[in-house]
Amino acid sequence: MAKPTHSPLRTGLVHLALVAYTLISLFPVVLTIINSFKTKNAIFREPMALPGPSSFSMIGYETVLKQGDFLGYFQNSFIVTLVSIVLVLLFGAMAAFSLSEYRFRGNTMLGLYLAIGIMIPIRLGTVAILQGMVAAGLVNTLTALILVYTAQGLPLAIFILSEFMRTVSDDLKNAGRIDGLSEYAIFFRLVLPLVRPAMATVAVFTMIPIWNDLWFPLILAPGEATKTVTLGSQMFIGQFVTNWNAVLAALSLAIFPVLILYVIFSRQLIRGITAGAVK
Amino acid sequence: MGSLQVNSVRKAFGNHEVLKGIDLDVKDGEFVIFVGPSGCGKSTLLRVIAGLEDATAGSIRIDGQEVGAVPPAKRGIAMVFQSYALYPHLTVKDNMGLGLKQAGTPKVEIEKRVARASAMLSLEPYLARRPAELSGGQRQRVAIGRAIVREPKLFLFDEPLSNLDAALRVQTRLEIARLHRELKATMIYVTHDQVEAMTLADKIVVLSAGAVEQVGSPMELYNRPANLFVAGFIGSPAMNLIDAERLGEAGAKTIGIRPEHVSLSRESGEWQGKVVHVEHLGADTIVYLESEKAGLLTVRLFGEHRYAPDDIVYASPDSASIHRFDANGKAIR
Repeated sequence: MAKPTHSPLRTGLVHLALVAYTLISLFPVVLTIINSFKTKNAIFREPMALPGPSSFSMIGYETVLKQGDFLGYFQNSFIVTLVSIVLVLLFGAMAAFSLSEYRFRGNTMLGLYLAIGIMIPIRLGTVAILQGMVAAGLVNTLTALILVYTAQGLPLAIFILSEFMRTVSDDLKNAGRIDGLSEYAIFFRLVLPLVRPAMATVAVFTMIPIWNDLWFPLILAPGEATKTVTLGSQMFIGQFVTNWNAVLAALSLAIFPVLILYVIFSRQLIRGITAGAVK
Repeated sequence: MGSLQVNSVRKAFGNHEVLKGIDLDVKDGEFVIFVGPSGCGKSTLLRVIAGLEDATAGSIRIDGQEVGAVPPAKRGIAMVFQSYALYPHLTVKDNMGLGLKQAGTPKVEIEKRVARASAMLSLEPYLARRPAELSGGQRQRVAIGRAIVREPKLFLFDEPLSNLDAALRVQTRLEIARLHRELKATMIYVTHDQVEAMTLADKIVVLSAGAVEQVGSPMELYNRPANLFVAGFIGSPAMNLIDAERLGEAGAKTIGIRPEHVSLSRESGEWQGKVVHVEHLGADTIVYLESEKAGLLTVRLFGEHRYAPDDIVYASPDSASIHRFDANGKAIR
């Protein structure tokens, strides 16, 4: 789709830059995946080589599947990530709707207060969170993780969604009011479908740090029953000996679920059924 | 079927008063148009009548019933918006039927009403389409259809033609006029376009800065403007307003004369002037001239006339059509 004003050289350079960036981004992922299929000696001797007949080995995957309850870890990660995303999107959208739709005293202040969370890392409050969870008896439960991640994801979600909701036509909401839709119906049936691309963006931004997090699972839910994938992979990393095959295999496996979620959300991002609703 | 009384309605946003005590009486079946410059409060007044904004003070009665505490959906109104405001995820048919569905109307009845409305607006071929698959004019017809289907006591139009191009605007204007005749419904229409106001209305309400300047039929406003604001606002090109002192007229502060009530001559006349600019429109020729006595004048001549900039001409007002205004801007009659 190069416009006539673009010279082939310029287009070429742009593509070169994009290809270079793609390679840099994919390199660690590819390295992890190819090495997960090699023997331990081959990993260290030629880390860049593809697995050949002599170096191919499934030992990493065998270890991962045998040792520990890896399916359980995946399930934990999945539950925590999905429930957190759902809660972040639901509460984030609700807060964003009230901030953008209704005039009330302290609206701006409340919006700022909710946005401050973007700038202050939630980990600063780890000690207090841990104390709170202990007091509430939630240590070693997935609920603890879900609560923390929901809190962590909300500020950005509210910030992005309220900006998007401001762009939804007032006329459309008023038409709904005149047609007898309740405020809830206006929120769920008119506004949410229209901000779906923004919801997908928020979902992606929320999901990745949660899936990859090691900090809170380690502190709040290190028990065998509540281990997440990232935490589960850590058992192969020892102080003196690290089972690299197993670590790489576990990480390779951990990429796929998050990739699938990403594909689902990014399709939503692109889809534009809302075009032409209002001029 | 649908009358409306508005009594000393006020609306303030914080300390800013947008409506400063509006009184209005709309009879059943009337087509009333609110017209005024942007920011005059006409849309706010419409939204207060619709119940989308609460009035700060005053009362609104539809069909004699006080509706101050009644939600929009229960007021028996339907509204057509400038931006169409169609539900993007619903088909044309569902867009039109949603209001009735929410009110619990039986399915058969909804089908019947949607069919009737879509026949009126020739929308039948599009019933299964989504708004995104329609052109601007079709979308606005769907929005009008959505209003008709509800069989409301009051139709409210909020600048419904502003987003349409010129040709479509004329066509839709005729359609709205036809609908008003067929439905015999009470309609309230907001616009900043005085041509729409003059062509559609039974009664025009001219608003300025949150207050009613004058209420009357289009011809009343044109022939007997109550004050300077209405005189300058109604009529296109705008009325020439001349300082009475310059003309040596006693008993008035400002003299008003419409461009079409001034005649031009190359030989003789009351005001000598030099042509500044000429607009040839075919049916009319509009001549702008700078006169010594009356200042900048606009003259509208019917038919084609060969005037060019820098011509020296004489303008004479038709003395029967002169409007006089006092120091407060009120018309002297």
